[in-house]
Amino acid sequence: MPDNDNDAKAPLIRFAGVQKTYDGESLVVKDLNLTIAEGEFVTLLGPSGSGKTTCLMMLAGFENPTGGDIFLGEQRLNRVPPHKRNFGMVFQNYALFPHMTVEENIRYPLKTRGLPADEARRKVAEILEMIQLIEFARRRPGQLSGGQQQRVALARALVFEPQLVLMDEPLGALDKQLREQMQLEIKHLHETLGLTVVFVTHDQGEALTMSDRVAVFNDGVIQQIDTPSNLYEYPANSFVAQFIGENNTLDGVVESVEGRRCRARFGDDLTTGALLGPGLGAGQATRLSIRPERVKLDGAAKGLPNRLRARVHEFIYLGDHLRVRCALPGNDDFVARVPVDDFDPRLRPGDDVELGWRDDDVRALDAS
Amino acid sequence: MASTLDPGAPAAQGNLKARLRRAERLRKLKAVGLVAPLALFLVIVFVLPIGSMLLNSVDNGSLRQVMPATAASLQEWDGEGLPEAATFAAFAEELRDSRRGGGLGSVGRRLNYEDSGFRGLLMRTLMGLPRESDDWRATLIDIDPAWGEGVTWRRIQAAAPPRTDRYLLASVDLERGADGEIQRVDADSRLYQAVFQRTLVIAGGVTLICLALGFPLAYLLATLPARTSNLLMILVLLPFWTSLLVRTAAWIILLQSNGLANQSLMALGLVESPLQLVFNRIGVFFAMVHILLPFMVLPLYSVMKGISPSYQRAAVSLGAHPFAAFWQVYVPQTVSGVAAGTILVFIMALGYYITPALVGGPADQMVSYYVAYYTNTTNNWGMAAALGSILLAVTLLLYLVYHRLVNRKQMIGS
Ligand SMILES: Nc1ncnc2c1ncn2[C@@H]1O[C@H](COP(=O)(O)OP(=O)(O)OP(=O)(O)O)[C@@H](O)[C@H]1O
Ligand SMILES: [Mg+2]
Repeated sequence: MPDNDNDAKAPLIRFAGVQKTYDGESLVVKDLNLTIAEGEFVTLLGPSGSGKTTCLMMLAGFENPTGGDIFLGEQRLNRVPPHKRNFGMVFQNYALFPHMTVEENIRYPLKTRGLPADEARRKVAEILEMIQLIEFARRRPGQLSGGQQQRVALARALVFEPQLVLMDEPLGALDKQLREQMQLEIKHLHETLGLTVVFVTHDQGEALTMSDRVAVFNDGVIQQIDTPSNLYEYPANSFVAQFIGENNTLDGVVESVEGRRCRARFGDDLTTGALLGPGLGAGQATRLSIRPERVKLDGAAKGLPNRLRARVHEFIYLGDHLRVRCALPGNDDFVARVPVDDFDPRLRPGDDVELGWRDDDVRALDAS
Repeated sequence: MASTLDPGAPAAQGNLKARLRRAERLRKLKAVGLVAPLALFLVIVFVLPIGSMLLNSVDNGSLRQVMPATAASLQEWDGEGLPEAATFAAFAEELRDSRRGGGLGSVGRRLNYEDSGFRGLLMRTLMGLPRESDDWRATLIDIDPAWGEGVTWRRIQAAAPPRTDRYLLASVDLERGADGEIQRVDADSRLYQAVFQRTLVIAGGVTLICLALGFPLAYLLATLPARTSNLLMILVLLPFWTSLLVRTAAWIILLQSNGLANQSLMALGLVESPLQLVFNRIGVFFAMVHILLPFMVLPLYSVMKGISPSYQRAAVSLGAHPFAAFWQVYVPQTVSGVAAGTILVFIMALGYYITPALVGGPADQMVSYYVAYYTNTTNNWGMAAALGSILLAVTLLLYLVYHRLVNRKQMIGS
């Protein structure tokens, strides 16, 4: 489990109260505060239009913040033009220069920095070796596959050893298998080269596998910044719970609070124990969130503190596990994820089953 | 046994091939049917006229049709002294018969290109020609002593073969001398080399000005928000909606001595007396650039529209100054648009006729002016076709060179 001691490292980038509006009417980014430590892999995750690219562009210098400041160490970045920021950037469509060969593309940032020709050649050869594309050096980007182009774009953004690497959905155009392979490669590069990476994606799986920390965006606001496991286990609000991983929700009311825990009433007169989410108190409306794999069925449910009967709608067989869709009061689409071995093959749709879960597997979150 | 061949296989294969052929044939027929009207149209409006122009430029006129015997026997003659008596006889009889048959007019016009007194000579001879004669040679020389000179006959001889290079040579200020070798024409009648040169200079100048004006304009159109750029695009296309003559006339009015341009310049105190802006090269450039600019802007725009702004951003993020990014990353990607625009404008400019004729001076007329002159005024199809053919050849040659250059540039890639 990744630890959470980033505060120990020196902060490299700091967003302080950053705001952005394009049209002067609505804020696309509202009061963004985010610190990125050196060597950290931070992902900005969120649905389309939530302002991720805008944040990245402000960091790269292609957009100016309407309010607030961005710092690089102690230096205020707002007035530094993009070509002086020394950040490597990988674009969604790679933006490889089509009229230059792979080699010329990778050499470009060295040329702009006035590196001597032989040193530049050595560095290009080194990085081509690293991305295993030496034999493609003289080809044009148009003659490469998507994955190869992706690697060239990466090499071009890394060859000048930038202090920060920005990536805007760099894997969006690749198919699933290649994407997973590239995720590992990028992660690997991050670890071996000690890069600081700000990565943008709207694919939560990608965010969880690659990042040290993930910032979940919605509507221009960071909903939660945390390690992948904390995001999954301890979502701060129902948006995060719903956005990260699979989730069952039950709407109810907080009945009583005892420390971190509470009891909540849902349906007509059902109650369950739950972990209390931030900002909630007794008597308040809540949305309860339970992960499908934490819901137990029949035999496995015996002895659990929260049990109830439900009618099964449907079984969906997925090889290593089954998804059992049941109707609960207030949620017709309640899903339990059951390992195939634990499953009673005599069950049929329309049968009643007993569902059960522990108190700590339920989060009582905001009802929005 | 596994090794025995299935006897049905080859037959089935042949069958399959036949089926494929039949299916393909139908598809091909459909394709040809669809293309045929266009192909026919191209042949009628493109291949035939150009072919007939090329033929006209080497056509030697109608002497062979009107006086076949004369032409045949003159072609045998070695050009020394005088032709044989039989040639005199054939000529005299065919000249006499042309009274009835006609065709003498076109022969006279053709022979006049050799010597401007020839038509008169033919008419005088025809007038004095008896019905019959025992010695046509003596009779002809009697009518006009010119018939006793070898040079007269050599001129007719020049018109005898079916093809001639005289028009093509004349189009580049060359001619054949007395003994058939190619030489330059007299210094004071040289004209066409200068005209071709002028045509290329004007077309090239117009193309460069169009590129210089069109590139930033197209860039603006491609990068502005859609609303503004659509409005600007209408302004760019506006000239297309008015007649070329009207636009040219408008330039005359604007640029003349007491026109708006000169009055504004004088009112601003930039000049003291009106500038000569029209009926000279300046006027030609103004009017032609105005008319041809859209043909530069449109291909450039369509190429630029397809270039994602992320290329320049990428270059800037890699440390290039925005100007360097523009020059090193953006401009090379527009090469195909620049190539299309310049070749389009240049080739269209080469053929310009009305505009230089209206807003240019005598020294600004381009090749097309002389083509029009020969077709409309003097009916000399040979010269008109020859000038056109040479222009076509020069254009093709330049195009090939240019194509090579642009391709090489794209291959090298920066
Ligand atoms: N140049 C621009 N001008 C005006 N509005 C913009 C501009 N760029 C983005 N926006 C708006 O700002 C909001 C946030 O856009 P942004 O591109 O940051 O979203 P995103 O999170 O990157 O989304 P996606 O996942 O689809 O890339 C959107 O509503 C978008 O319409
Ligand atoms: Mg985006």
